[in-house]
Amino acid sequence: MRHILAVLVENNPGVLTRVAGLFSRRGYNIDSLTVGRTESENISRMTIVVEGDDLVLEQVTKQLHKLIDVIKIHDITSEQYVDRELVLVKVGAEPTTRGEIMQIVDIFRARIVDIGRRTLIIECTGDENKIDAVIESLKPFGIKELVRTGKVAMLRGQKFTSINENREDD
Amino acid sequence: MPKSGAEIIIKSLQEEGVDAIFGYPGGQIIPFYDALYDSNLKHYLVRHEQGAAHAADGYARATGKPGVCVATSGPGATNLVTGIATAYMDSVPLIALTGQVPCELLGRDSFQEVDITGITLPITKNNYLVKDIKDLAKTIKEAFHIATTGRPGPVLIDLPKNVQVNKTKFNYPENVHLKGYKPTVEGNKGQISNAAKMIGESRKPVIYVGGGVVISGAEAELYRLAELTLCPVTTTLMGKGAFPETHPMSLGMLGMHGTRAANYAVSECDLLIAVGARFDDRVTGKIDEFAPNAKVIHIDIDPAEIGKNVQIDIPIVGDVKKVLAEINEKLEQSLASDWQDKIAKWKAKHPLKYETKGSLKPQFIIEQIYDVTKGEAIIVTEVGQNQMWAAQHYKYTKPRTFISSGGLGTMGYGFPAAIGAKIGCPDATVIDIAGDGSFQMNIQELATAVYYNIPVIVVILNNSYLGMVRQWQEIFYDRRYSCTDITGPDFVKVAEAYGAMGIRVTEAKEVKPALKKAIAAKRPVVIDFVVEREENVFPMVPPGGAIHKMLGG
Repeated sequence: MRHILAVLVENNPGVLTRVAGLFSRRGYNIDSLTVGRTESENISRMTIVVEGDDLVLEQVTKQLHKLIDVIKIHDITSEQYVDRELVLVKVGAEPTTRGEIMQIVDIFRARIVDIGRRTLIIECTGDENKIDAVIESLKPFGIKELVRTGKVAMLRGQKFTSINENREDD
Repeated sequence: MPKSGAEIIIKSLQEEGVDAIFGYPGGQIIPFYDALYDSNLKHYLVRHEQGAAHAADGYARATGKPGVCVATSGPGATNLVTGIATAYMDSVPLIALTGQVPCELLGRDSFQEVDITGITLPITKNNYLVKDIKDLAKTIKEAFHIATTGRPGPVLIDLPKNVQVNKTKFNYPENVHLKGYKPTVEGNKGQISNAAKMIGESRKPVIYVGGGVVISGAEAELYRLAELTLCPVTTTLMGKGAFPETHPMSLGMLGMHGTRAANYAVSECDLLIAVGARFDDRVTGKIDEFAPNAKVIHIDIDPAEIGKNVQIDIPIVGDVKKVLAEINEKLEQSLASDWQDKIAKWKAKHPLKYETKGSLKPQFIIEQIYDVTKGEAIIVTEVGQNQMWAAQHYKYTKPRTFISSGGLGTMGYGFPAAIGAKIGCPDATVIDIAGDGSFQMNIQELATAVYYNIPVIVVILNNSYLGMVRQWQEIFYDRRYSCTDITGPDFVKVAEAYGAMGIRVTEAKEVKPALKKAIAAKRPVVIDFVVEREENVFPMVPPGGAIHKMLGG
C-alpha cells in the first residue's frame, strides 16, 4: 500500500542525501519525494510517497527518525488531507488540433502557459487522479515533454504537521 | 583573545575530558598538529590511519569513554573508513576528525580532496563538514553528545584547513539543542509491568543478552534479574562479560558457534527476554525456527531494532539499565525447577570440547591464557577462528573484558584495538588473540606499541591458513582450499625487528611459561603459537540453518 509521509527536517546541507540514501540503502521504494521550505526558518518539509506494508512503513519511520536532521514524521495516509501535484506538459499542437486541446484545458481547469509554433505548454494542478487524467487526454496530440513535481500534502482542519502542534486555532 | 580553529578543537576535546587521541598527520591537518605541539593533549602516532580508528575504538570499548582519532584529508580520511564502519556496527562512541581542503577548493577535485562526509554517510551516526569557524565549538559539542548518548556510534567532523586557521572567540557551549535527537531512556511503565507479569508466568524463560547491556553498564541489574528468576542467560559475542560465564545460570554464547546448551535452550524456551541485542543472523540462524515457541520481550534503546528481524510481543524502548531495574522491582518470581534441571543437564552433557590428541591445539592455548590471567585480562580478538575460540574457551566474568569486531567482522582490528585498550586501562593485562592472517593486516602497529612502550601481548594462533574460510571450504566446498593457504613471515623475527619481544611455541608444555614470560616482560610481545593446521571451530550451525541443528562439538 502507498503511504504519504510528511517529514520535517533541519534545513542542513546534505539532508536530502541522507534521506534518499537511507531509502536506497535499505531497499525501500520511493514513489515520489518533494522538498521545500516551511513557515519556520531552518526547517524544510518533505512529502514522501512510499510503497510498502505496515512492517516496512514501521521500519522506514524508525530508520528516518534515527537521522539526526529529521525532526518529525507524520504518516498522514489514513487521515483527512489535501494533496496536490503540478504538471507541465509540452504537447504537439497543429492549427487543426489547438481548439480541441484548449477545450480539454478548460474542462480540467488547467492553463496554457506557453504557445510555440507547433506546441503548447499546459500547466495543471490537482490530485494524482486529475493529473493522470489530463495526461491521458493529451496523449493523442503527442506529448513532447512532461514534468511532474511529485505530491505535496497537508492535513485538513485543526490537525497540524509542524513543530508547534499546540498552537491555538484561529 | 580569539583562538584559531585548531586551538578551538584541542580546547574542545579537553572540555570533553579527552586524555588520549590517535592519529596521523598530513597536509590538510597540519594546523591542528601545529596547535597540538603546544598542548598537553596526549597523541599517539600510529603507522596507518586504520590503526588510529581501531585504537580509538579499542580505547572506547575498554573504558566506556569516547575514542578520538585524527587523519588528514583524502587517503587519510578513507583509511579511517573501515575503522568507522567497525565502530558503527558495534555501537562504539568514536569521534573521527579529518582534515579537508580549504573551503574555496572544495568540489574541485583538489589534491587529496575526497567527499568523506558523503563516503561515511551510511556508517556514521551523524557527520559534519564545518565550513564556518563560528560553528566549530558547537559542532564538536554536538558530536560528542550524539556519539555517547542513546545508542552510541561514530561521528565524523570534516575540518577544512582554512577553518583550522581562522580565528574566533572560543566559547564552549554547555548544552546541546537538537530538535531531531532525543533518545528515549525511560521505558514505558505499562510495558514494564506487562513484561514483569509475563516473566512471572513463563515456565521456560531465557535471557538473551547483547552488547547493549555492556554499553549501558547494566550488568548488576541483569545479574539481579537472573538471580531473582533463576532464568538462564545466554549472551551474544558482543554481550560477553555482561553476565559471569562462571555462574550456574550462564549458558555461554548462542548462535552459529554458540554452545549446544544455549541453542537448545533458546529453541525450547517459552519466553525470550532480549536485552540490548538485535537478532543478528549469526545469532538467529534460520529466523523462522528461532525460538519458535517463545513469546518475546525486547528491551533496546534503539526503537528501530525492535521488530526489525523478528516479531515482538512486548517492546520496551529505553536504557536497559533503567528498564531492568524497574522490571526487577515489579517481578513476580518464577522458579520453575524443571527448566533449570534441564539446562543443567544440557550443560553437563554438551560442554565445549575438542580433540586433545595431535599437535598444539588453539583451544588449549585459550584455556591456558584463562588460567594464567585468572580471567582478569582484557581479551581483544581479531576475526575468524581465533575470535571464536577466544569467545568459547575463556570465561568472561566482567563487562569490557572481551573486545572484538562483532558486526563488521574486521580482520586487523584486534592489535590496534588492543593498543587502545591498554592505553585506556594501563593496569590491565591486555592480550590480542590473533590469527596469522589477521595480524598481518595491521602488523605495522608494532612500531607504535614499541615506540610508546605499550605492553600488549599478541597471541598468534598460527595455522598458516585463513582458518575460518578454510573451515567453510572444508565443510561446504569439498575441501577446495582456494586461496586460503597463506604464508606469513617469521613472526618472531618481525617482532624483534620492530623492537618487540618474539617467542615461538610449538609444544603444549611451553604454553604457560611463554605466557608468563610475556606478561612479566612489561613490553610488547608477540607469541607465535604454531598450532594444528586444520583444527575447526565447533559446534557450528551451517549458515541459514536452524540453531538447534549443530555440527560437531
